[in-house]
Amino acid sequence: MEGNKHISSTHNKNHHHDHHHHDHDHGHHHAHHQEKHSCHHESNTFSSSSIHSDTSHQTEEREKHEDDEQLYRKLMKKWWFAGILSVPIILVSYPDFFPIIRNLLPMGSSQLWFSRLLMAVVALIVMIYSGSQFFIGAWEGLKQRSANMHTLIVIGISAAWIYSVVALLWPDLFPDPSMAEVYYDVSTVVTALVVLGMAMEEKAKGKSSEAIKRLIGLQPKTARVLKEGVETEIPVSRIQIGDIVVVRPGEKIPVDGMILDGSSTVDESMLTGESLPVQKVQGDEVFGGTMNKTGSFTFQVTKSPDDTALSNIINMVKQAQGSRIPVQRIVDKVSAIFTPSVIILAIIGYLIWFNFGPSPSSMYALIVLVTTLIIACPCALGMATPMSLTTGIGKGAENGILIRSGEALQIAQKLTTIVLDKTGTITMGKPSLTDVIAVGSLKEKELIYFAATLEQGSEHPLAGAILEAAKEKNILLGKTENFEAIPGHGVQGWIDGHHVLFGNLKLMKKGNIATEAYIQHAERLADEGKTPMFLAVDGKPEGVISVADTVKQDSLEAITAMKNIGLEVIMVTGDNERTARAIAKKVGITNVISDVLPQNKAEIVRKLQADGKKVAMVGDGINDAPALTQADIGMAIGTGTDVAIEASDITLVKGSLKSVVQAIQISRATMRNVYQNLIGAFIYNALGIPIALGVLYPLTGSLLSPLVAAAAMAFSSVTVVANANRLKRFKPKEV
Amino acid sequence: MDMTQMIVNVSGLLLIVFVAWFFWGPKKGGYKATFTPSGYQEAEIIVKGGYTPHIVVVKKGKPVKFQFIRKEENSCSEMVVFPEFNKSAALTVGEKVTVEFLPKESGEYSFQCQMGMYRGKVVVQD
Repeated sequence: MEGNKHISSTHNKNHHHDHHHHDHDHGHHHAHHQEKHSCHHESNTFSSSSIHSDTSHQTEEREKHEDDEQLYRKLMKKWWFAGILSVPIILVSYPDFFPIIRNLLPMGSSQLWFSRLLMAVVALIVMIYSGSQFFIGAWEGLKQRSANMHTLIVIGISAAWIYSVVALLWPDLFPDPSMAEVYYDVSTVVTALVVLGMAMEEKAKGKSSEAIKRLIGLQPKTARVLKEGVETEIPVSRIQIGDIVVVRPGEKIPVDGMILDGSSTVDESMLTGESLPVQKVQGDEVFGGTMNKTGSFTFQVTKSPDDTALSNIINMVKQAQGSRIPVQRIVDKVSAIFTPSVIILAIIGYLIWFNFGPSPSSMYALIVLVTTLIIACPCALGMATPMSLTTGIGKGAENGILIRSGEALQIAQKLTTIVLDKTGTITMGKPSLTDVIAVGSLKEKELIYFAATLEQGSEHPLAGAILEAAKEKNILLGKTENFEAIPGHGVQGWIDGHHVLFGNLKLMKKGNIATEAYIQHAERLADEGKTPMFLAVDGKPEGVISVADTVKQDSLEAITAMKNIGLEVIMVTGDNERTARAIAKKVGITNVISDVLPQNKAEIVRKLQADGKKVAMVGDGINDAPALTQADIGMAIGTGTDVAIEASDITLVKGSLKSVVQAIQISRATMRNVYQNLIGAFIYNALGIPIALGVLYPLTGSLLSPLVAAAAMAFSSVTVVANANRLKRFKPKEV
Repeated sequence: MDMTQMIVNVSGLLLIVFVAWFFWGPKKGGYKATFTPSGYQEAEIIVKGGYTPHIVVVKKGKPVKFQFIRKEENSCSEMVVFPEFNKSAALTVGEKVTVEFLPKESGEYSFQCQMGMYRGKVVVQD
């Protein structure tokens, strides 16, 4: 599927490139086209490269909303029109139920005949006005020799109407006068009910999921840009790469860029899930949609407004929502033959009832034909998966879980085995100070003071952990003289007139320090997977300070939850067995594979798959790439701003393993919903069509009324939408 | 069997044959995408009750640009999906929406609305 990378979808607004196209635009959209048009002229004075200035998600969202509202209102108008006019038609059609009508329009009277003629005209008007979309849809389909829901409805209501007109005008054509019945109520009521069903569907669907709306809502609309020393407020869509943007405390950062001047803390939780604000200084990256907290700064724009991290996340979610679940392939096969098959079945039904049915047979045959056409609902079948998929992917996005495709969503529910990378996945991925043990006369704080002061000049990764700890504990550092780093051993120097050694046991031995006091602590710490370092002051052993890559706060809970939902959990790591075991023990993993080279992780996944397991690999997306690709589902732990999104099937933006469980919960809930819809739609059609064909007649002695069929049909598609909407309320359980 | 019955039965059977042939029979034709100076093969597709044209013939290995213009509000058509290319686009009423892809292998690929009611075909030739 290499070709996929070349595919891109862009909104190419014709009115920008070729203005003459405007003339062909639809009248009802003229208003907002006009508005955008003028906006363009303005923007062109600013730049020549504003092709994308109205392709922002906001514009698209607004247009979609307008389209939806318009369609809904139109359908409701059609429903009221058809619904109200159906009332008198029903009254006249069932004189037996309404004695007044029977008395007013007695059988065989000319008043009855004329009122039926009037009904024919009214029904025709209802069909033309309220049912216009059926006729257009059916005709457009027929031009391409394809049939759809509209085709079935059109044949159904037209057959009823034509039959009735013939019965009214030329009753002599029928062998038996009792056959010359009229069915205008079928035409109008069916139209009314189906239109109402469509309107309800439209209302319930609400187009874009809440998730997308929320993400789009994060994008600020305007930005303050410095132009020739003047701050100018401009729409975000007109920001260009290289512009300098001013951000004040409490403001949203409009686009992605790099801080030029000033510093601040920024709440990036909307993108990364990281709840603590992040310190930002000159040279740091900032992201559009995140919230500036305390300071002010200026930054230079590095990405166009349509290419920001947020924008890419929105695109990715939309793309995924538009993708297809593999199970749909079967649905596609069914729906491709469904509609013509129903037409053929209806004709067969007609012929059987016409030839073998009770008298008046042509009447029974007509009812069977119409009812079969009306009750069949290809829509329920077609809507079953896309609606749930959209909701499911949206649910993921709301919870910081970016699911790349419908396929990933379907597979995630079948997972049996979770392979977890250790570093950066179960653990924080960077060392931090874990233990400070005094073995001499100095106190813990003093130990940290000496170690941190000494390490100030060191570039060793472990030094960072100690410096951070000192900062956290508000320990003011001193000055080191005659600092020396001894590779493979540690560091030494003079602090406040004391000679300080800090390093491993080799360094201690080299400095003739008695190591007995250290040994027992050293052994224990190493068993716990930590790296102990030793501090000696003026030739005396003083303390043991250990650092380790610590387990993320919620890893234990998350892994317990994975086991609770029946998943096998395996940890792989390049670390030695001792460290690996120590971490595994902390999070309750018994299945550990240590000393694994990065390239061999994929091999491990492959072996598990060969055993028939459905494997998810969870890693940080960089060195785990081959394993992520090999796995049935690759889950990248990483912020939404990472490239990792590209490499994985599911990106866990929050960086927490809890998201793994939630992703599986969402997948299971979505697929359950899909199957409910599919099975429901299937059962509905499998029962409805035979009943419409009259299989129950020998038992009940009556046929299903076309009116009931229309109600059932409308109800079935509304049910599918309602069930898919149920998913919107789904909340992944707190793990 | 009297005359009426004969007529009804014969026309019913003929109708069944016709329906089967009309919807499932071989469909010919197809619109040939035009080459633009920039090397794209382009086709403009009107979305209204279906796709017009619904069969588009393109050459293998050259980038393709389909411009969809949705001319109806029917919500069926709000999405167009290219399952084989794992590609989809939301169509806004009255606007041109471009979908680009690169057909690497010859063969027939489908594009359709999300519910599979509207269907089109891309025929990729050598």
